Amino acid sequence: MGVIKNLAASLIVIRQSSFRNNHKIIMSRRLHARRTDGVDKNVWVEFTQLAADYKAVNLGQGFPDFSPPQFIQDAFCKAISGGPQMHQYTRGFGHPPLVKNLAKFFSRIVGHDIDPLEDILVTVGAYQALFCAFQALVDEGDEVIIVEPFFDCYQPMVVMAGGKAVYVPLRPREGSTVLSSGDWILSAEELASKITSRTKAIVINTPNNPLGKVYKTEELQMIADLCIRHNLLCISDEVYEWLTYDGAKHVKIASLPGMWERTVTIGSAGKTFSATGWKVGWVISSGHLIKHMKTIHQNSIYHCATAAQEAVAHGFEREYEMFGNPESYFKQLPAMLHHKRKKLALCLQSMGLQPIMPEGGYFMITDISSVKVNLNDQSNTDEPFDFRFVKWLIKEKGLATIPVSAFYSPEHRKEFDKYIRFCFVKEDSTLDAAEDILRKWSQQE
Amino acid sequence: MSWKNVEYAVKLIVQVIMVAFTSLAADPSVVNLGQGFPDIPPPSYIKEGLAKAASEDRMNQYTRGFGHPSLVKALSQVYGKVYGRQIDPFKEILVTVGGYGSLFSTMQALVEEGDEVIIIEPFFDCYVPMVRMAGAKPVFIPLRLKPGKKTITSADWFLDPDELSSKFNSKTKAIIINTPNNPIGKIFTRDELQMIADLCIKHDTLCFSDEVYEWLVYKGHQHIKIATLPGMWDRTITISSAGKTFSVTGWKLGWSIGPEHLTKHLQTVMQNTLYTCATPLQEAVAQGLVLNYELMGQPECYFTSLAEELEVKRDRLATILQEAGMTPVIPEGGYFMLVDVTSLNLDLSHITDDEAYDYKFVKWMIKEKKLAAIPVTAFVGDESKKQFEKYIRFCFIKQDSTLEAAGNILKNWAKS
Repeated sequence: MGVIKNLAASLIVIRQSSFRNNHKIIMSRRLHARRTDGVDKNVWVEFTQLAADYKAVNLGQGFPDFSPPQFIQDAFCKAISGGPQMHQYTRGFGHPPLVKNLAKFFSRIVGHDIDPLEDILVTVGAYQALFCAFQALVDEGDEVIIVEPFFDCYQPMVVMAGGKAVYVPLRPREGSTVLSSGDWILSAEELASKITSRTKAIVINTPNNPLGKVYKTEELQMIADLCIRHNLLCISDEVYEWLTYDGAKHVKIASLPGMWERTVTIGSAGKTFSATGWKVGWVISSGHLIKHMKTIHQNSIYHCATAAQEAVAHGFEREYEMFGNPESYFKQLPAMLHHKRKKLALCLQSMGLQPIMPEGGYFMITDISSVKVNLNDQSNTDEPFDFRFVKWLIKEKGLATIPVSAFYSPEHRKEFDKYIRFCFVKEDSTLDAAEDILRKWSQQE
Repeated sequence: MSWKNVEYAVKLIVQVIMVAFTSLAADPSVVNLGQGFPDIPPPSYIKEGLAKAASEDRMNQYTRGFGHPSLVKALSQVYGKVYGRQIDPFKEILVTVGGYGSLFSTMQALVEEGDEVIIIEPFFDCYVPMVRMAGAKPVFIPLRLKPGKKTITSADWFLDPDELSSKFNSKTKAIIINTPNNPIGKIFTRDELQMIADLCIKHDTLCFSDEVYEWLVYKGHQHIKIATLPGMWDRTITISSAGKTFSVTGWKLGWSIGPEHLTKHLQTVMQNTLYTCATPLQEAVAQGLVLNYELMGQPECYFTSLAEELEVKRDRLATILQEAGMTPVIPEGGYFMLVDVTSLNLDLSHITDDEAYDYKFVKWMIKEKKLAAIPVTAFVGDESKKQFEKYIRFCFIKQDSTLEAAGNILKNWAKS
């Protein structure tokens, strides 16, 4: 052990010296923890930087470039000018008014009496909710089934928790032209075949990022049946839960029989109220699962910002009263995005591209295999085609998107490297600017 | 992560204790000098800055993951001046969810199974569960009272050089220091920091320096950053807090500053845990820093004016406590004060719970006297409990009316 340690230490020294040119070697030992190995690359860090550097029209990262609704902004202002307690620590597991309103709101939807103090944990965005869930529920050697394409953080989070990611892809239906996200399906046999004695959980995201698929009740039932039969947990990322189009209905897997006690449902104020910069999220689950996530939360972040939570609490109070009404933001936002989704789709189709109409969410993916372009990049032919294409599109055309193979496992990346992802939750002017770029490009061809 | 570690961490979670005491003290008739947060308002420009930021569309959406550009640039400016060196805003700074988040990112990035981490007692309670969650072993060394001294000030507590040296070995990955210290209020002197630095360099160890109370330094004392000592920049992560700097603990923003080769691993943890911090809050803190950067060295600078305001409160509380027959330990920095309750000779042997004296004392004081404090053995490991069990911790970043209310209780106590 000592020999290997010394050898490793020497190798680190050699590597460090070659990176640091003339810098003195200050520390000869390995510095960073092994849990950070292999999780240092991040598609958002890379592409957000690139989009900023080239001042590209940004249909890449998933955030609105329009403002949050007035009522939520007003709620935030009210909280800021509220009493001194608005600027000091609140309850670590969630500001009391917020957890009360979340419990009230979602109890009605899930059909289960949600205890605000036991069954809810408020987190710094859905991102931290995912982190708490994986850290609390995944142990060394556990297997976690991830449905591809997946929001990229699931994989490094499983790895950091000591678990092993096992992938099962959504596949386009055989035979038909794939025009909608509803045409991408999960094979029950393929999913069942991935379950072993070490499988701890399955992760689903509905509506799905990047595809936009909204799982139907039958599909969720199939997954639920497997979870119950094999005693698995289900981590359900539902951050886009209000954004469904063309009559698609969002169904909570936690509401299916036998699922409440084994499902961890994750939500986001950022996506719900178009305020991604507030970083308020939550996990709702049975108390016996929440308590472990509370332990993680308490020893990593402990508290979330008070004023933002107060504002979100007001947002949910308002939406509780308005639920089902046309003035409800949960109706208005999808209606507004429905139009933008159509606008982007028409634009892409007129370019000769084939977008896959999303049933829900913020994003639309499009097949770029028909695009003839000389990428002119001597640099990195190892990189998947879509990565190289997206970089070229940013640098040469000033349009930012995200390569879809970033949402696939290393083993399947090559199969799905001909799609790019657009975010359509943007002002019409941004979509127009993108349209201009695309039109000019197609005219040049 | 190893469930074993988490379960053990659960046993050590002192926050559970904090939560227990918090609910005991939640009775509105209790004067609460326990919890460590201000009941005085933050400066108005800070709140206004947040309202202004929130009114801008872009400020309500995601910003740069490792820190909002205007904030890291402001931090680079302020700390560049303090450190006397150029600090790269993008590579040498990480913005986190409070000082707490910085501690977590640092531990997860740089500490793992097989490592030992030296923790100086008394310590901010989260250090131990965080070290354990990272799979490592905490090694304790207590601050000791100088012999023959009645406890008068936090400067009377010191680290025994031989004892400290004996704690370092080849497994030691890091030492955590907290200056100004919570709960004692000690500010480590240059010599003390040099002694720690010498050991870090000799044993090739990292130093995690929790300096959240860095601006709360009282007359006659100076806060020194261990990272500025020779050979230390390359092996130190320094942690700070917007909450403590601007009296906005509920904003939960902090930052880690350190060399790129360490900071980049903290950034990796960040991008795999919560990715980014809230934008409008970061923008408001950036504005607050820019404003005070211009005022640095002048009395209107909040970094100086808050310390002056608190010094008055510190002295007032100390007087109140002395008049009640208790022995306060006057802190050199921070916003806590330790109090030795030995001289009250309170016999609590009738309380048969298996708890340290200070726990029993505080619970009794909340119930009988309607005054809340925090027991100091919550901040030490098992072996040092006997050394600290006659001390309780008061927080004095409170309105004058709160301190006077405490004064009334203590005045009546002295009479009875």
